[in-house]
Amino acid sequence: MKTLFALARLTLTELYRRKDFYVLFILTAVVTLAAGSVNFFNDEKIIRYVKDLCLLLIWISTLLISVVTAARQIPAECEARTIFSLLAKPVTRGQVLLGKFLGCWLAVGLALLMFYAFFAIVTGSHEHRWPLGGYLQAIWLQWVMLGIVIAMSLLGSIHFAAPSSTSTICFVLVAGIVVVGPHLNTIALQQPQPLQTIAYTVYFLIPHLEWFDVRDRLVYGWASPAWQDIALASVYGAAYAGVFLLLAWLGFRRKSLNPG
Amino acid sequence: MSAILKTDQLRVEFASREFRGTTTTALVGLNLEVQAGEVYGFLGPNGAGKTTTINALLGFVPPTSGTAHLFGIDVRQPIARQRIGYLPELTYYYKFLTAEELLRFYARIFGLSRAESDRRIEKLLKLVELEPVRNRPIKSYSKGMQQRVGLAQALINDPDLLILDEPTSGLDPLGRMKVREIIRRLKDEGKTVFFSSHELGEVETVCDRVAIIHRGELKASGRVADIVQPRHQNLEHAFLETIGYPIP
Repeated sequence: MKTLFALARLTLTELYRRKDFYVLFILTAVVTLAAGSVNFFNDEKIIRYVKDLCLLLIWISTLLISVVTAARQIPAECEARTIFSLLAKPVTRGQVLLGKFLGCWLAVGLALLMFYAFFAIVTGSHEHRWPLGGYLQAIWLQWVMLGIVIAMSLLGSIHFAAPSSTSTICFVLVAGIVVVGPHLNTIALQQPQPLQTIAYTVYFLIPHLEWFDVRDRLVYGWASPAWQDIALASVYGAAYAGVFLLLAWLGFRRKSLNPG
Repeated sequence: MSAILKTDQLRVEFASREFRGTTTTALVGLNLEVQAGEVYGFLGPNGAGKTTTINALLGFVPPTSGTAHLFGIDVRQPIARQRIGYLPELTYYYKFLTAEELLRFYARIFGLSRAESDRRIEKLLKLVELEPVRNRPIKSYSKGMQQRVGLAQALINDPDLLILDEPTSGLDPLGRMKVREIIRRLKDEGKTVFFSSHELGEVETVCDRVAIIHRGELKASGRVADIVQPRHQNLEHAFLETIGYPIP
């Protein structure tokens, strides 16, 4: 565990010393603050619209941070050749992968906390309501979902050498899963065979990231999901992240690392 | 005496990048044995297989056949690397960290306690003379300073065996002298040092035994004096003749 935490800490240190990380963070914070502080004659519909916009921005920003950060971890280690000094220590490739995952997941968790803190302060100051339980559930579910995305990006980074191509492919894939994924079963019904079977198979294989999305509940003030549903979603997320990490490890342990 | 580092009929082949389906043989049945407390020089011209041997010893490159052991443990087991220190030819470190942070990171990897890490970091920064710049990012260091950080990280776990890949490559005469001094000091402390080098004069000065490798094959090994005597003026002559270079 010490090795995993050492690697995770290294990932966090690198992130907070990289300037580009702050650009996205500050941009989201500024837009959240600006949008949230506008007073549209206390029109509830417009306040809801602003909340929806802010939460969408938090979703996109954290997805971007997760994909970009995770996609560059292993390729950057190989490119800078720091992987060789690291693997010359009693560290396995599996530990490197898990440490990187943990570091990215913790980093994105911190970013989520900060974004939601902004959001809560801004909306709370308008509505004089502090639904902390709802916020905590939303943060947790989004964090679990981002765990799947990070594991998926790490898997991609093992197979595509350049971080930029990994980021692009992962982001397109995640966008596809979020936008098209939930409707694949309906689309499948309208397709002839064998397209129908293929669409159904994809529907059942992909992780359903939309199950982790409780933004509407926050925006419209609907009842929070039951805690057992949250637990089930967490198990579902952990299982998918585990499978992606396992596949990444299988690829990484066979990957040729010849520094010569 | 027990062999700390041993390779037995080590063979490494790489798939050719130019011609699909063909392989390039980097090492051909290499047999090496390094005893405890020795300073062992590993010599060969460029492309002879020195770095490939080191990569195989560190588990970066899987042997096609044969075996490699460190402290009697197969190099494919990560635990084989618990008691070694490795200095790569070029400095491959996290340049966003300071020297102190880098050493602390590697200390954590080895599972050292906070107090023990502090003690070793102090000692090593003094040894490599980087104390005044310990809190500066590595990216701002000169080549010589980066090489010394490398040496410090290789020593963080107080290793019994040091594997140094051309440790003085690219250093100025002062830097080379400092690295030689450190190698001598380590030898006096009873450490085993295995290092590859092109600097034959340096090898002659600090090594107990040497091995000469050419085109992946071991051409000669033994005490420096035995290889030089009686036909050669110095190690350079002996080296050139061993690799088949015509000596005027």
